[in-house]
Amino acid sequence: MLNFIIRRVAVAIPTLIILLVASFWLMQTAPGGPFTSERPLPAQVLANIEAKYGLDQPVYKQLWDYVVGIVTQFDFGPSYKYKDRSVNDIIAQGFPVTLTYGIISFLVAIIIGGALGISAAIRQNSWLDYFAVGVTIGAQVLPNFVMAPILILVFTLWLGWLPGGGWNGGQWQHIIMPVIALSTSYMASIARLTRSSMLEVLRSNFIRTARAKGLPDNVIIWRHALKPSLLPVISYLGPAFVGMVTGSFIIDAIFGTGGIGYFYVNSAFNRDYAVMMGLTILLGSMTILFNMVVDILYAWIDPKIRL
Amino acid sequence: MNISIKAALLGSALALAGPAFADMMHPKTGEKLAEDQTFTYRVLDEHTSVDPQIVEDVSGSEIVRDLFEGLYNQNRAGELVPGVALSHTTNDDKTVYTFKLRDDAKWSDGKPVTAGDFVYAWRRLADPATASEYQWYMEVMGIKNAAEVMSGDMPVEELGVKAIDDHTLEVTLGSSLPYFALTTTHTSTFPTPQWAIEAHGADWIKPENIVVNGAYKLTEHVANERLVRERNPMYWDNDNTIIEKVTSLVINDENVALTRYQAGELDRTEIPAGQYPSLKESNPDEATAFPRLCSYYYTINVSDSTPEFLKDDRVRRALSYAINRDIITEKVLQGGQTAAYTFTPGATAGFEVPSVDYAGWSQDERNAKAVELMTEAGYGKDNPIDLTLLYNTSEAHKKVALAVSQMWKQNLGVNVTLENQEWKTYLTTRGEQNYEIARAGWCGDYNEASTFLDLVQSGSGYNDAKYANDMVDSLLADAKTMDNPQPNYTKVEEIIAADMPIIPIYHYAGSFMIKPELIGSWPVENVEQNWYSKDLYKVAK
Amino acid sequence: MNDRLAQPFQQPKTREIAERMAEDVKGRSLWADARRRFVANRAAMVSVVVLTLIVLFSLFGQAISEYDIETIDWDVLGNVATAGKPSISNGHYFGFDENGRDLYNRVVQGSRISLAVGVIGALVAVIVGTIYGATAGFIGGRVDSIMMRLVDIFMSIPYMFVLILLLVVAGRSITMIFVGIGLTAWLDMSRIVRGQTLSIKNREFVEAAIAIGVPTWRIIIRHIVPNLLGVVVVYATLLVPQMILTESFISFLGLGVQEPFTSWGALLSEGTKTMNYGTLWHLAFPLFFFVVTIFCFFFIGDGLRDALDPKDR
Repeated sequence: MLNFIIRRVAVAIPTLIILLVASFWLMQTAPGGPFTSERPLPAQVLANIEAKYGLDQPVYKQLWDYVVGIVTQFDFGPSYKYKDRSVNDIIAQGFPVTLTYGIISFLVAIIIGGALGISAAIRQNSWLDYFAVGVTIGAQVLPNFVMAPILILVFTLWLGWLPGGGWNGGQWQHIIMPVIALSTSYMASIARLTRSSMLEVLRSNFIRTARAKGLPDNVIIWRHALKPSLLPVISYLGPAFVGMVTGSFIIDAIFGTGGIGYFYVNSAFNRDYAVMMGLTILLGSMTILFNMVVDILYAWIDPKIRL
Repeated sequence: MNISIKAALLGSALALAGPAFADMMHPKTGEKLAEDQTFTYRVLDEHTSVDPQIVEDVSGSEIVRDLFEGLYNQNRAGELVPGVALSHTTNDDKTVYTFKLRDDAKWSDGKPVTAGDFVYAWRRLADPATASEYQWYMEVMGIKNAAEVMSGDMPVEELGVKAIDDHTLEVTLGSSLPYFALTTTHTSTFPTPQWAIEAHGADWIKPENIVVNGAYKLTEHVANERLVRERNPMYWDNDNTIIEKVTSLVINDENVALTRYQAGELDRTEIPAGQYPSLKESNPDEATAFPRLCSYYYTINVSDSTPEFLKDDRVRRALSYAINRDIITEKVLQGGQTAAYTFTPGATAGFEVPSVDYAGWSQDERNAKAVELMTEAGYGKDNPIDLTLLYNTSEAHKKVALAVSQMWKQNLGVNVTLENQEWKTYLTTRGEQNYEIARAGWCGDYNEASTFLDLVQSGSGYNDAKYANDMVDSLLADAKTMDNPQPNYTKVEEIIAADMPIIPIYHYAGSFMIKPELIGSWPVENVEQNWYSKDLYKVAK
Repeated sequence: MNDRLAQPFQQPKTREIAERMAEDVKGRSLWADARRRFVANRAAMVSVVVLTLIVLFSLFGQAISEYDIETIDWDVLGNVATAGKPSISNGHYFGFDENGRDLYNRVVQGSRISLAVGVIGALVAVIVGTIYGATAGFIGGRVDSIMMRLVDIFMSIPYMFVLILLLVVAGRSITMIFVGIGLTAWLDMSRIVRGQTLSIKNREFVEAAIAIGVPTWRIIIRHIVPNLLGVVVVYATLLVPQMILTESFISFLGLGVQEPFTSWGALLSEGTKTMNYGTLWHLAFPLFFFVVTIFCFFFIGDGLRDALDPKDR
């Protein structure tokens, strides 16, 4: 186990460095720079600004200084666009927001999706099953940039129940719609996954044996069928979690929640190098971390798998 | 809980806490004021900074105008009114300006606002170490030695600004500039507190550190979500300030913003392109549109890299004539924009729109003339031109480009390829003359025609058409020092209409939905839309 | 970044099937069985019919309209909510779009692009993933572990972001969209294929080929890949809707195809913007085709999986 973690971390570091270099290189290749604007800056002004941010240095030097800054001072650099704050500020303010609605969406997706999937599997081909399958496919095909404005229209304008956006320090009224918009499609995926793997397990030999031994249905389901049927679901959780945290761009853009998703996508459009690299490292490490956690969880549930 | 009710409760609680304006009359107009004096508005995007010398975007400047106060402010009509400065005098050749500052202006920490604060701020703006993107504004203002200080060849102390005493500021210009006082309403000239900046460094603009001299204090800032500013009791004119609290909410999608406005969450939002007529009909006392100091135009690449046909002024004129501007303004955008046949908007102070020939024709006449010019140049439906029209990603630009490309196709048989690029790529392509025809827009830095016409000067960094005409250059150079430059401006506009390096399309309009209790105080006559929250108020309805 | 874009939800499931299918490779009879089982699946068969109709619509739909995708009706422009309603009698079956253009033709053309993006994107992912996975699995040893480590590394890339960067850097072109979208989805494919390959590798026919000195790449192409077909087909079917969804997100960002061409994503994005202004049909028509198509691909994918996986019966 410990070995496994050490091995993973050892791979993670070069991975992040490659990630950093590749994204930095792509950014440098893109037309325009952070200070390209509608009114081209006079050469002198541009030179002053570049000198201030060290952008007059050779590219490898910029990258090196950036990495050194991170390693020695945990400093992810300044934002070239939002000049009154650093990347650290942006992460400190935006990440908790993203994490909050991301985690809630994640839990909602697992609990509701899992429950829906299990009950659909137990009552296969009943109305409940058809209902669950219908709802989940429906939820899965509606892109969330379509769903989010519809939610606002219905819950804010027509019903007047919920505020149409903002975060306001994370009051619950402000969290509901982002969570709905973000979680439904994951919920649907989880429900479908749970249903089909549960069905498979219920048909397997050991369950048939248990049935033959006369064990009651709920014991069979909770004690024997549940754990193995969660395996494929668990391997989906890692990507789903990261998808939710990083998938917040539309949520931030439509609900004005102030999470990092919006900063991230816009850093590419703004050529805001430091913001882009800082958030790449953050999200890259998150992905690596969660994939690792999922692997550990997987091994814990299924002892046949060795780490 | 309904959030708007909550906001109202909160608002009235604040109103009680502050100077009780409830049941009160507006001190000047005598209107009965509403109890809720909070103002919440939508901004498209997060502001870049609230540091006066650093800020570079519109929404940031709006905030800075509430937090800080410069020498002069603008009133509803966009005319100068005293800010920190009460008045100014100038020498005969208009190269030395002396400002008399008020003695009751204070910073939010109680220190007096002095001429030294302006000197510090202006030096800070010009200082290469500050690396402000608005450094060049010192050159626009024509301050003596600005260029040398910016390049680091002279110390900042050599900049042509000094404090005679605490309440007298003297500015020396490199050359005569009759409209200098107009430039002092720009946010980059606002004073900044040296002691706070030195104490906190780059963090001085955080709510917990910031020291301001404007009517409002910064109390909360959540990036990409909201910024809150509240009444500053130390402000010299605090007694006449009515709005208690101003909140700007970042909402990227204008349609979502409109929904939230309709749900009562906002007091002001922009009207999406094309929706003004129907909103004006359904909410006549909330929808408003007014002219802005901006021009929308298509710039034609006339540099060496351009295809042969665009070097022919007959083709350029034909393309311009074939655009039915009334369709663009009345059917595509429908937001109170006005058709443009000259570059400088008619709303510009002291500018008289010259009557260029094609402005007076009917569209049928223009189309006929366009076909005639194309034929003359050797092109037509049997020998069509293929051209690419570049625009940056935006719903409104797309709509205009679609309409224009169809007009060219239907009237002149021109085949148009549309090329939509994201902002920075588009700017690079345009700036490197890798385009044939490109969408462009320009808003005046100050309310004077030269801010527009300088764009067609051959040396201008903004002249993406790479248009060069000696006559235009000398006319504009002369206009700088003339007491009445209008004849020169007229001449330049006529030359542009004949050469057509840029195709004026329309002059912008602002169109807002503003709550009925607030709309009366919104400065719609101010074409630069330099608004100040301290001048706004809500009347009782 | 839409979740569905993040990872294919069927992936773990598919991986299992893959493992099991490896045990069940039985030659031709498998395919005959599979066909019979698939045909018996009513939802899947209905989906095949509907999908065929949609494909025909996207290819030949313009034949029954006298309008095109770009001509603006100046009388309707600016007044679309009242003058641009859908109407059978004037030939504008789906009404006008926000810019006064015939929506029917735009939906036809948008369907064509979106289906093409879906299919070609999935194809790119499948080809790259299959070759990569088969190579790693077949060669094995150090090459395998390096190649799979690389996949791990690629997996931690926030790839939607990379796609945005690619479109920003390379400028938008339809090829870039095809390739870019496809390249973000090949990783899972390569893992599944590798697992499969490992199990096929030790079978007699492969060992025989190695013994008579057939070159490695040829073994991979001629013997390994054909035996992977089942799992690849299932996976590809389920990739198509995912690609279509990715494209819609790209269009939402404004990085999609250039005007006057359009796609479902672009049409949906435009329709959503104006849904509150009395022009609901701008959203309804593209959404209908979008949703129905994705439904169909899901049902067909599920049907194929059931058909190719005898144990599930």
